[in-house]
Amino acid sequence: MRVLAAMSGGVDSAVAAARAAEAGHDVTGIHLALSRNPKSYRSGARGCCTIEDSNDARRAADVIGIPFYVWDMSDEFHENVVEDFMSEYAAGRTPNPCLRCNEKIKFAAVLDRALALGFDAVVTGHYAQLETGRDGLIEMHRSVDMGKDQSYVLGVLTQDQLAHSMFPLGDSVKDDVRREAERRGLMVANKPDSHDICFIADGDNAGWLKEMLGDRAPNDSGDIVDHATGEVLGQHEGTTAYTIGQRKGLRIGRPAPDGKPRFVLDIEPVSGTVTVGPREELRIDHISGIKARWCGAVPERLEGTVQLRAHGSEHRAVVTVVSSGSTTEAGIEIDLLDPAEGIAPGQAAVIYDGTRVVGSATISATARTSVGVT
Amino acid sequence: MTTVYLDHAATTPMLPAAVEALTDQLTAVGNPSSLHASGRHARRVVEESREQIAQALNCRPGEVVFTSGGTEADNLALKGIYWSRLRSSNRGPRILSTAIEHHAVLDPLHWLGQEEGAEVELLPVDTTGRLDVGALKSAIERNPDDVALISVMWANNEVGTIQPIDEVVELAGAHGIPVHTDAVQAVGAVPVDFAASGVDALTLTGHKVGGPFGVGALVVRRELEVTPLVHGGGQERDIRSGTIDTPAIAGFAAAVEASVKSQADHHVRLSALRDQLVERICAIVPDAIRNGDPAHLLPGHAHLRFPGCEGDSLLMLLDARGIECSTGSACNAGVPQASHVLLAMGCTDAEARGSLRFSLGHTSTQADVDALVEAIGPVVERARAAGARKGS
Repeated sequence: MRVLAAMSGGVDSAVAAARAAEAGHDVTGIHLALSRNPKSYRSGARGCCTIEDSNDARRAADVIGIPFYVWDMSDEFHENVVEDFMSEYAAGRTPNPCLRCNEKIKFAAVLDRALALGFDAVVTGHYAQLETGRDGLIEMHRSVDMGKDQSYVLGVLTQDQLAHSMFPLGDSVKDDVRREAERRGLMVANKPDSHDICFIADGDNAGWLKEMLGDRAPNDSGDIVDHATGEVLGQHEGTTAYTIGQRKGLRIGRPAPDGKPRFVLDIEPVSGTVTVGPREELRIDHISGIKARWCGAVPERLEGTVQLRAHGSEHRAVVTVVSSGSTTEAGIEIDLLDPAEGIAPGQAAVIYDGTRVVGSATISATARTSVGVT
Repeated sequence: MTTVYLDHAATTPMLPAAVEALTDQLTAVGNPSSLHASGRHARRVVEESREQIAQALNCRPGEVVFTSGGTEADNLALKGIYWSRLRSSNRGPRILSTAIEHHAVLDPLHWLGQEEGAEVELLPVDTTGRLDVGALKSAIERNPDDVALISVMWANNEVGTIQPIDEVVELAGAHGIPVHTDAVQAVGAVPVDFAASGVDALTLTGHKVGGPFGVGALVVRRELEVTPLVHGGGQERDIRSGTIDTPAIAGFAAAVEASVKSQADHHVRLSALRDQLVERICAIVPDAIRNGDPAHLLPGHAHLRFPGCEGDSLLMLLDARGIECSTGSACNAGVPQASHVLLAMGCTDAEARGSLRFSLGHTSTQADVDALVEAIGPVVERARAAGARKGS
């Protein structure tokens, strides 16, 4: 097959490209330039859009012996990932930009262009496994390396996208991949893993949002109130600095009467209110989801598990599809058998049947329904 | 897969005469600045090379200042002449140039503006990429006394448009303003006569004329004062320091001599091949549009716009078939930017991004043109399916 390997400059995508080439595919390497002015985004060595990363990717392509190009995806990335990130935060939600990037950039804009240019698939260094199921559909399963498993951020991919994807690292553990990179002479073998959000240079999400949103921020101050009494406990400098479940940075002068720490329970961007309360108030057992996307056939009802954040734990759950279709309204209801804590609207719920990814939805609301959940 | 190399404007293969001259010197010992026999031998090679270049370009040997290449020569001319004019004749702070210069000129000018108080005016060009002489005239006449220098390239590297250097020299000469020209694309491609042109400083470089990389020269009139940028041993007329690279200079001079000697024949052969290339491509891709000015054009340049295509896609698809060309765009942090030259010619961002430069040179053959013509139809079709970038 003629395949296009997306090379970030890191060890995983380099080894993935090398394996694809070794398997006999005609591989072309590309590095996605996600910012036309890298200074405005991340400037360290661990992001996705620095000159060093581009050079590292180029050197890896040289060693593998494949052609290499840089594709400018900065407009698409800004429009679909960065803007989405900002508007979600402005609306009081907590988005996951990596999912958005996979959904809109790597397996959409890049894949579409690749297919049009005559390629058959896009290869990435994600830790997830693809296999053909008995019904002939492509199934995505968790990586054998549960510590590195990235099926969560790929949970947005549809059958069509999966059919044109290749994840050569899914059956390997990270340590073996590093050793293999070394054996293959890839200089990136000891490069640290990337973390956090690639376009926020210093990891200071709140500061970045404040600067980037500017006048578009929903508020620049407001009350921090107690969930039970409604008492105003303090002031904040904008709700975009908060996410549900957050404990640090609340700046409440005095401790709670019971001496226990307080957490963000709710964010109301219009009034600018941040509601806080004790940890047990974070516990939920029901989730409503929108924008459901399915990797294969759409189930009506499923007893399986859900994962609610990257590298989060699995919760046993019963998932009911309330409306299907491709519209943004496609909704699901999830009853958690294992309650979860600190779940924010905007995050993704990825649904699994064993190791198989069934689909995903964006969390729109959470609730506590059962007695005894607390 | 055979390589069809159509990117001679980026760099052209070394001429056999240059390879021979360079390799002859590689094993010789001797610093041209040493006084003993080996040093004298090396010095002789360097001075003969200087004379060779002087003869080819019709300048005096003493006017040839060897540099590490075109970029250094441009920097030396712009900064060196600006500083000396400002200090010794109190002329400045304006520098007049064009919007289509190479970055080796634009970036030093930008730096002079940012750091040294220069007032840089980049004059417009017409839709074919030729300098608007009227705009230059009025810019000069606004106050001729505060113009430190004028820099206009002999021919543009991207679209190949030859600039009206004689008119520039005439306008500048009336006010005693020195003129620098970046002629790296012109030498060996069109007649370049330093003395007859009337320019005061001229940049050329080895690897564009069939010589080695890393060597070039600024030809600068004896009378013109140039403040040095690199200080050290003062090896080159005290305006350029650094141990002289004898083998590179020998190869460079051989290439200049050979390419200038064959320039007329080269021009006839190459422009015929190029015209055929353009004609045949336009027959296959009827909506392809030629950028540049056919009446004032370097012989090897064919710059074409393919509506609805992304230049990057075209380049990649041709590369996969062994055909090598250029989008002509500069890279900023590895990200392709729309060419400033095409934007200055009035192209939109999308039009600029949808253009390709094919540049022929001394090794180009009919077979190269045939290979491109054969590939271009399916490649354009495929690139069109992939579409032009959104929002540009």
